[in-house]
Amino acid sequence: MRDARGGEKRPIGMRLWLSGGWLTVLVLAALCAPLIAPKDPLMQDLFLGRLPPFWMDGSEPGYFLGTDSLGRDVLSRILYGARLALIVAVIAGSLTCIVGATLGLVAGFYRGWADRIISRFVDIWMAFPPVLFAILLIAVLGPGLTSIIIAIVVIDWTRFARVIRAEAMSQSAMDYVASAQVAGRTRFGTMMTEILPNVLPTIVALLTLEMGIAVIVEAILSFVNLSISTDSPTWGGMISEGRTSVHQAWWVLVFPLITLFLTVLSFSQLGEGLKDRFDPVLR
Amino acid sequence: MTVLRNILIRLLTTAVTLFGVAVIVFVVIRVVPGNPIAMMLPPGATDADIAQLQAQYGFDKSIFQQFIIWLGGVMQGDFGQSISLRQPVANLVLGRLPATLELSIMALVMAMLMGGAMALLGTRYRDSKTEAAVDVSAGMALSIPDFLWGLVLILLFGVLWPVFHISGRISPSLNIDFSTNFYLFESLIRLRFDVWADLVAHMFMPALALAIPLAAIIAQLLKQSLKETMHLDYVTLARTKGYGENHVITREALPNAILPTLTLVGVQFTFLIGGTVIIERLFSYEGLGNMAIDAVINRDLPLIQGIVILFALLFTVVNLVVDMLYVVLNPRLRHA
Repeated sequence: MRDARGGEKRPIGMRLWLSGGWLTVLVLAALCAPLIAPKDPLMQDLFLGRLPPFWMDGSEPGYFLGTDSLGRDVLSRILYGARLALIVAVIAGSLTCIVGATLGLVAGFYRGWADRIISRFVDIWMAFPPVLFAILLIAVLGPGLTSIIIAIVVIDWTRFARVIRAEAMSQSAMDYVASAQVAGRTRFGTMMTEILPNVLPTIVALLTLEMGIAVIVEAILSFVNLSISTDSPTWGGMISEGRTSVHQAWWVLVFPLITLFLTVLSFSQLGEGLKDRFDPVLR
Repeated sequence: MTVLRNILIRLLTTAVTLFGVAVIVFVVIRVVPGNPIAMMLPPGATDADIAQLQAQYGFDKSIFQQFIIWLGGVMQGDFGQSISLRQPVANLVLGRLPATLELSIMALVMAMLMGGAMALLGTRYRDSKTEAAVDVSAGMALSIPDFLWGLVLILLFGVLWPVFHISGRISPSLNIDFSTNFYLFESLIRLRFDVWADLVAHMFMPALALAIPLAAIIAQLLKQSLKETMHLDYVTLARTKGYGENHVITREALPNAILPTLTLVGVQFTFLIGGTVIIERLFSYEGLGNMAIDAVINRDLPLIQGIVILFALLFTVVNLVVDMLYVVLNPRLRHA
């Protein structure tokens, strides 16, 4: 996409600033949700159902982005939904990263039977449609935050394992690894002090990508009504409701969708930007 | 001989993978809480009724015994009986497969056309605003998964400017008596272009949602390999012969640059097929994925097993075909 010419640095910085900015706003919104949300996200008022956003005729003051069919405030629900989305992103993303990257590192550096077993499992995992696998797991584990996090880790560890294995393999062939071995470093020591720091940029980039994916997976599970309980405000749940009433009240779908869209885009652009920043060849 | 050996090894690993998938699904879905049999019977059924029905479906045996019985059936093409729909799983699943295949293939074709066009455009007008636009839009398209594209498309072309259908596979009024489930293909053969157009109007948006991320990947990779190929001596030779830029790109560089893209498209196509599960749900398209989600919600164990195995089989077959295509298209490997 980009070559090593210095002149193309600018768009990378731009991307990092924009995506980082949006995610900062989101984190603040999630932290301060009880302070800044204009309404209780769970409060229903059937007399105020499907109110349009503030610039349209028939809107009520205080309901900036309108209400859904049960009269719940869309803006407040988005703000509270950010909490759940970010919790899932951070916890599920990090756990997936730890599990996947460890297995990938071991497979790529130690090779042998460990690699054969891990690679075989990766192959089996790749033969599952991931969304179906996730839905199946939630059906087994029962709905809830913990189930979602477990499901994401179980499904997505291969994403890290595949990439990190390949990276660890190519790093292992380098001279500096051989010299570390000659200098008397143990295998494990070499892996931790020589290989790991060199694959870390890739791990960081994958981690931010995974956070975006985790948010999407949660939204998809909410969409098929298998996420957290139906009461707690989630972006996926709002989108699911908005999809069914899209012809009557488009705003119930549009605002959570825009939020989700920007969030996922920001996570992945942040990942790409960080990768370019860390990449010694491009630096 | 080595080719034959490689094929044998591939078939063997494929079998191992499928077996692994079967074991995992079988074990995972049997820890599902909630008794699928109890859900089938009317309230007030006695324990004896439940026990009898459980025996009928073989749920009274151990997981290991159930697996052996199931595997024996599968070897003979018998995937058991669906609990919620009370029909043989094989018939149900094979009935839905054509819908999903048509959707996936249409999405693949769209992705290749869009991605190819973007790559060629970016190469033809390299180092210009056009190339930058191609890079930025490919980066954006890639970051957003098919599920979100689907929702965006529903809003844009289903609600704001309603030109396409946002749910179903065919308008009920146009449902002619199809003799196969390959509606798109059959309507063409029977020259029912009105039906064909209706089918396309239904499939267009789900297929586009699936195609956008793949198109972006194709655009990026093909553009990269075109860039590398354009610096090779034979391309320079073609230039000095006086061929125009368009000829050089499409006739000289493209055939060589397309190979690495092809391998990648194979893997990505399996991801695309996996994506049909949620996209079919989103657009209420009556394919395999939509049926799979219903099966999970209804705890229809035999049906879930059948669908997952079919998906896994589909994925491995796609990979196998791509590997063979690669050998056929790459002259350097043909005599190896």
